[in-house]
Amino acid sequence: MPETTKGPAAAPAQFEPRIVAFFCNWCTYLAADLAGTTRIKYAPNIRVVRVMCSGRIDPQFVLDAFAKGADGVLIGGCHPGDCHYESGNYKTLRRFHLLRRTLRTLGIEEERFRLEWLSASEAEPLKAVVNDMVEKVRALGPLHLEVPAEAFAEEAEEVAAR
Amino acid sequence: MHTPEHGDANAVRIGVYICHCGTNIAGTVDVHAVAEHAGKLPGVAISREYKYMCSDPGQELIKADIKDHGLNRIVVASCSPHLHEKTFRGAVTAGGLNAFQFQMVNIREHVSWVHPDKRAGTEKADALVRAAVRRVRFHVPLETRRVPVRADVLVVGGGIAGIHAALTLADAGKHVTLVEREPTIGGHMAMFDKTFPTLDCAACILTPKMTSVKAHKNITLWAYSEVQEVSGYVGNFTVKVKRKPRYIREDVCVGCQECIDACVYKVGKEPDEFNLGMSKRKPIYLPFPQAVPQVVTIDPESCIEFKSGKCKKTCVEVCADREAIDFTQKERIETIEVGTILLTTGFKVFDAKRLPYYGYGTYPNVYTALEVERLLNASGPTSGEVVLRDGRTPRSVGIIHCIGSRDEHTNKHCSRVCCMYALKLAHLVQERTGAEVYNFYIDMRTPGKGFEEFYNRVAEEGVHFIRGKVADVYPAPENDGRLVLQAEDTLLGRIRRVPVDMVVLAVGMEAQADAEDVRRTFNITCASGGWFTERHPKLAPVATFTDGVWIAGACQGPKDIPDTVAQAGAAAGEALSLINAGYIELEPNTAYIVAEDCSGCKTCVPMCPYKAIAVNVEKGKAEINEVLCKGCGTCVSVCPSGSARQNLFEDDEIYEEIGGVLAYA
Repeated sequence: MPETTKGPAAAPAQFEPRIVAFFCNWCTYLAADLAGTTRIKYAPNIRVVRVMCSGRIDPQFVLDAFAKGADGVLIGGCHPGDCHYESGNYKTLRRFHLLRRTLRTLGIEEERFRLEWLSASEAEPLKAVVNDMVEKVRALGPLHLEVPAEAFAEEAEEVAAR
Repeated sequence: MHTPEHGDANAVRIGVYICHCGTNIAGTVDVHAVAEHAGKLPGVAISREYKYMCSDPGQELIKADIKDHGLNRIVVASCSPHLHEKTFRGAVTAGGLNAFQFQMVNIREHVSWVHPDKRAGTEKADALVRAAVRRVRFHVPLETRRVPVRADVLVVGGGIAGIHAALTLADAGKHVTLVEREPTIGGHMAMFDKTFPTLDCAACILTPKMTSVKAHKNITLWAYSEVQEVSGYVGNFTVKVKRKPRYIREDVCVGCQECIDACVYKVGKEPDEFNLGMSKRKPIYLPFPQAVPQVVTIDPESCIEFKSGKCKKTCVEVCADREAIDFTQKERIETIEVGTILLTTGFKVFDAKRLPYYGYGTYPNVYTALEVERLLNASGPTSGEVVLRDGRTPRSVGIIHCIGSRDEHTNKHCSRVCCMYALKLAHLVQERTGAEVYNFYIDMRTPGKGFEEFYNRVAEEGVHFIRGKVADVYPAPENDGRLVLQAEDTLLGRIRRVPVDMVVLAVGMEAQADAEDVRRTFNITCASGGWFTERHPKLAPVATFTDGVWIAGACQGPKDIPDTVAQAGAAAGEALSLINAGYIELEPNTAYIVAEDCSGCKTCVPMCPYKAIAVNVEKGKAEINEVLCKGCGTCVSVCPSGSARQNLFEDDEIYEEIGGVLAYA
């Protein structure tokens, strides 16, 4: 393969999903650091955005990522009971379930939005999660958020009739 | 949009630096292309690549460019911010900017070391650099907060590590509270007879230090106590310690032990924990003669007074007007305030019953190495005689290495100390009994000062070495009480069956059974197996990811006494360095409320784990106490109006990062 930095212009042979990963500073970001220091190889499709705590992840960040073209969003936090800030991960979990249902309504498949607890020592599980998610999202294909106008035809008529 | 110069394309002048890290990054990322790409991004005034950005010339480059090119934002793409963020913030400050007008990009741990494909790696590095460049435009100067550090220290665990650390700190004039859960300090080392490779008597070198702990004016020793709860943060921890009832008034008991003699039990009936059950103790006992503190303990499980309430209480009689015995004593919780915490909670010996084919617990003459230590010890159950359970002196002894170490089924790790202590036991057993001693080993691991020499010495003394893993231990067919050790001698390439009188299992070291609970209490991390994780395996071996908490000794991983003491000294030194500074600078990543946007809805209030948010009733606005806020940002993400914000993790900054990683160019 020629060494170029051209992204999509190089026309990849297979679909390469782009996944935004929000990792907390104390557990999952360190798991990714550990994967590096131990030279564990995993799919290059994730782009890590570091936050201090998974509790900082505003649902809007997730929506924004999808709106800007992410094919998947991964949230990584400390295991229950292990949060560096005591309980931020529990709050993330609550929001996650609500948000995932909302996304489903928008036609975004569950596999595209994932929450994983990965501690600072879990480099191997991190690799497994990333690789698994990349494969699943790859199988789903690119996320096309545009919903055809016909989908709203019935609703539009209803509104018009009021 | 809170950056004053935002919108003015010329006002933001970003310098981007792509580090090669030798070939660590440059090997799998086209650093030249990344730098070139970054140079074309809006706001970037200069984009460079350099071999080692963390080196002095690398940092000088940043400083010079800030001056020469009028830079006001810096992006460095190199390793993890956990490694060098401080370094580069320092360079940025030295160049005349605020330390937080800087963003670091991790293209080593997160890119070059994990993605071998250069095209994919370069594309990812591009994306991450682009995100940082877009983000850094929104960075504003911030001030770090200085928090005072209390001088008092908590040391948890009174083995040799805790003892050494406590003495080091106390000698420096700091007040130390040493908490130990057993009735005495001393830990495992107190149970050993001699130490390798010098063969100096463990008690002779340990007990003076134990006594010093008790005598030291700067040490408060709380034995028979456990840390229950820790709150607060570096410099200002509040710790709740459970003081278990000994049913003895510690301040009054002088350790005369007359009560033990006077106990209605003429002989001990309970297995003596200190001698691993090989002798019996009374319900009122001192773990061993040199125990510190010299205070007896009553075991309510076996004491007649506790069981029936009808004891003659001869112990109380003999204690007379000293009145040290107090059957009504209750568990109590004490609260202390400390600035730093050292964890020296030690290890657990591998339970040999987990490998039934070695016959421990089945055949009486199979011993663990620690049991043999007690047999060898003059204050042990046999007063230093190495004898079998039936009183005979063994004429042949087989020592099996790697029990619960280097084993797929139990622990994969090497316990580091077993080869050496097995050699020591071989020497001592041979010396005391004249028995033939056979060592069954997988590999002989003797890396340490004087260790290999000791191995040679023991070999010259006539101890037998058989390279092979023992597969089975079974009674000799002659029915003479001996046990046969069967192993494949991998040097001779044949099966050996060696009958011996006594089998010694060189059991390995494991993390404490409750390491997980301890880890949670102190909010630190554990590696697999329960060993506490150090901040950096090479450069921060005793620090943890929780500021103000250090680890030392075998709680971090298997190690011998010299390494344990070295770590304890190191941890004490690092704590001292913080205490002497008197304050710690905290990240300015706290949350704040933009009052004009706040509706006083209180959604944020219950989100805060630190009760840092309160609603000012008069103003009808939420207010965040900056001192209590630790910067998790959880309140920010729930604020419906966006009036709760977080320094360094502003919404704008994160949205730019998201856009940056997703943009194709």
